[in-house]
Amino acid sequence: MGNVKIGERVQRKEDRRFLTGSGRYVDDLQLARVTYAYFLRSPHAHAKIRKIDTSKAAASVGVVQIFTGKDVAEAKVGGLICGWVVKDKHGNPHKAPAHPAMAADTVRHVGDTVAMVIAATADQARDAAEKIEVDYEVLPAQINLAGALDPKAPQVHADAPGNLCYDWELGDKAAVDAAFAKAAHVTKLDLVNNRLVPNAMEPRAAAAEYDRGTGNYTLYTTSQNPHVARLVLSAFVLGIPEHKLRVIAPDVGGGFGSKIFIYPEETMLTWAAGKIGRSIKWTAERSESFMTDAHGRDHVTHAELALDAKGKILAFKVDTIANLGAYLSTFATAVPTYLYATLLAGQYTTPVIYCNVRAAFTHTTPVDAYRGAGRPEATYVVESIVSKAAREMKIDSAELRRRNYIAKDAFPYQTPVALTYDSGNYAPILDQAMKLADYAGIDARKAAAKAKGKLRGIGVCSYIEACGIAPSAVVGSLGAGVGLWESAQLKFNPTGNLQILTGSHSHGQGHETTFAQIVSDKLGIPLDQIEVVHGDTDKVPFGMGTYGSRSLPVGGSAIMKAADKIIAKGKKVAAHLMEAAEADIVFENGTFKVTGTDKAVPLGQAVFAAYVPHNYPADLEPGMDENAFYDPSNFTYPSGTQICEVEVDPDTGVVDIVNFVAVDDFGNIVNPMVVEGQVHGGIVQGVGQALLENAAYDEKTGQLISGSYMDYTMPRADDVPSFKLGYEVTPCPHNPLGVKGCGEAGAIAAPAAVMNAVRDALAAVGAQDRIEMPATPQRVWAAINAH
Amino acid sequence: MTMSVAMTVNGKAVSGNVEARTLLVQFLREHLGMTGTHVGCDTSQCGACVVHVDGVSVKACTMLAVQAEGSKVTTIEGLAASPEKLHPMQEAFRENHGLQCGFCTPGMVMSAIDLVKRHNYAVTEEIVRHGLEGNLCRCTGYHNIVKSILAGAQAMKAAGV
Repeated sequence: MGNVKIGERVQRKEDRRFLTGSGRYVDDLQLARVTYAYFLRSPHAHAKIRKIDTSKAAASVGVVQIFTGKDVAEAKVGGLICGWVVKDKHGNPHKAPAHPAMAADTVRHVGDTVAMVIAATADQARDAAEKIEVDYEVLPAQINLAGALDPKAPQVHADAPGNLCYDWELGDKAAVDAAFAKAAHVTKLDLVNNRLVPNAMEPRAAAAEYDRGTGNYTLYTTSQNPHVARLVLSAFVLGIPEHKLRVIAPDVGGGFGSKIFIYPEETMLTWAAGKIGRSIKWTAERSESFMTDAHGRDHVTHAELALDAKGKILAFKVDTIANLGAYLSTFATAVPTYLYATLLAGQYTTPVIYCNVRAAFTHTTPVDAYRGAGRPEATYVVESIVSKAAREMKIDSAELRRRNYIAKDAFPYQTPVALTYDSGNYAPILDQAMKLADYAGIDARKAAAKAKGKLRGIGVCSYIEACGIAPSAVVGSLGAGVGLWESAQLKFNPTGNLQILTGSHSHGQGHETTFAQIVSDKLGIPLDQIEVVHGDTDKVPFGMGTYGSRSLPVGGSAIMKAADKIIAKGKKVAAHLMEAAEADIVFENGTFKVTGTDKAVPLGQAVFAAYVPHNYPADLEPGMDENAFYDPSNFTYPSGTQICEVEVDPDTGVVDIVNFVAVDDFGNIVNPMVVEGQVHGGIVQGVGQALLENAAYDEKTGQLISGSYMDYTMPRADDVPSFKLGYEVTPCPHNPLGVKGCGEAGAIAAPAAVMNAVRDALAAVGAQDRIEMPATPQRVWAAINAH
Repeated sequence: MTMSVAMTVNGKAVSGNVEARTLLVQFLREHLGMTGTHVGCDTSQCGACVVHVDGVSVKACTMLAVQAEGSKVTTIEGLAASPEKLHPMQEAFRENHGLQCGFCTPGMVMSAIDLVKRHNYAVTEEIVRHGLEGNLCRCTGYHNIVKSILAGAQAMKAAGV
């Protein structure tokens, strides 16, 4: 592979190993003298642990050791933390109840960890766990979100009265109320944003080693951010000094947010490896993933939109209850607040907005960031109510959006909910999407469908997202416990090949290709001479990891900054070699040249001279190895419009997606092939939320009813169509690549696009306000046939 | 109680002593150290573990190792003629970006080859989408997998494999 440029459809460097079965995921690792862990989990949503008898289990074949919550408490292992402090409307920090790595006296959701069995084989550990006798006193559980804040509801934590974690607000309530008083039209909407299970195809897994000689720990884990895992485990949970803990996230099979967080299992494995002095490995079974991977979404919302007679939005108010589950996951508090309410302006000039969010504990699996994290929830509210308003006011829904778009010359644009949008141009995106979707022809297609007894509908969703997370000072002022910069190291070898060490982590996004691609373009080095190294805290200087569509805008920018330092140093070397002034050196296509002459030194020659500095500037350090940290000055603001067309069979309630268009503005695009893949995948996760997926609990027992692939409807190939994609490009003005991020857009916009289409179809029979996600055949049929 | 089992995996004779409950996928991964075949669920739904047993695709989590006694098993590791020369279906997945995280990929490729052969190379988008209902992918949205398999079918036909 030779030199490549930004913008080319470069095929992925990582594919060969994945296609030949040579990937190395955590469960593939073969460690010496390894033991296996099995976690005994609570079958109850809420119970006191009266007694645990492990004697029979301890005598079971192959058992090495059993730990219970009591052992963990006695060893004073720290609890798991929530890394973002949200202050409520009175300025008080959120309630932060203890989250022990294993429950000592009370279990709070089905799947809560109760005991850890370590044995010579995984089967022996599981066999032994079945012999543990736990005496539970089953207590009433609060499962339903809408009722969680009822004063009579069963309490999840004694130190969070009324199950309230925080009552938070954003925006100017008085101004909003005043605007509503003057409105020509008010649209009201109640919505449920259904709970989802992330379901990365690789289940979570971990393996921990302890080296008695050095006292060093190594944790292999399915993580999107190994340095953050190390920081949290070191500083807050286990007390292992940061330099004595190495965290490695090798090939990771998808994350979608669920692998950002620090979970009980890797915590226990690391701790126990030190206790027993042997390696321990654990891989979740899928049913454990369903019960214990942090879930996503789960809001109940009432929203009201005020408009003038011409359909111009005057004000917006939103009241949301957000489910946090039984414990606070690592970033749970930020998702329904700063990643949600700040996006409620959407693409519109809404002058005033007020949002109140009450976050509740329930006896369910913890809820945290899942692809989009807060932004899909915001987009679903905004885009559902805008379409409803259009229907009520008899204005075409695309037209109503157009009347309210922020104009292209209004950027930077300050919204009433804290964010300053940096760039965008929304109307051409809508135009392109309408053309690709043949929006103009919908009436004829509706008529044709009607003639064969079907209901056609079309749905528009214009989304905005804030990603490239995030300026450290901004998130710090909002309560984040970390800075959200990224690091990069460009390390040349004397022979001229290059390692890019990045703090971003690739678990499907193709960084090994796109990061190499931007450096190949920038430094003029062939792709096959560049290796991207990620996921190992002992190799990469530091990293904040991959989430919030930040890898390219933040991680990629750090790489560009390091490349600039390489060029700057190379110029000094080249100037010396060519006996020219540094100011006269230019760098083009991998070569340093003296302006106005034919003198040239290839980068490789400068690199060699830096490592073999026989003829070298006296005041310059040898070596060609540069570090950079990049802290963004703003979020990035990808935007776009999706248009979905559905055909509903009123006899069966089946919704068939007959056309799906997505036009996005991701700023500059490095690798269109990879970007398209991200959009496709995101859309299907959004379609899944809209039509198929639901984490459904039995409201009495707290059992996750949809707890396996037999019950939880994952989108399959025949549930979805192929997609039509388009792009508009307004480069991001504040990062060196001009990129905005593309990882979450599909999932952010698709639920509203699909549901607006379903509602449009159901409007023909007056059923448009009787349907919630997921719009399963049963629900659609019931909506049509409700009397 | 352990039982002895012998079979051919990717053209090589292999044998081992396994517990009766050992699944074929466990035998491949844990006894033979062939970790290309993945386990993504516990209900035989996801298809990450698909291998070929005597030329037919099988979910290796639904078959006991001892049931494969005497069989010819092909896994993802046995498809490519050499590290440089991929099977046409593998190559089609690479060219069409039919994979992202790579976890479902071995099962997808193994299923795809069997699907194409069962239809004597004459596959359509509809056949491919329906034929993949036993394989889950969370990354790609299937769009590029379908594209890969349609291209791979043509390439397999042209290569006569």
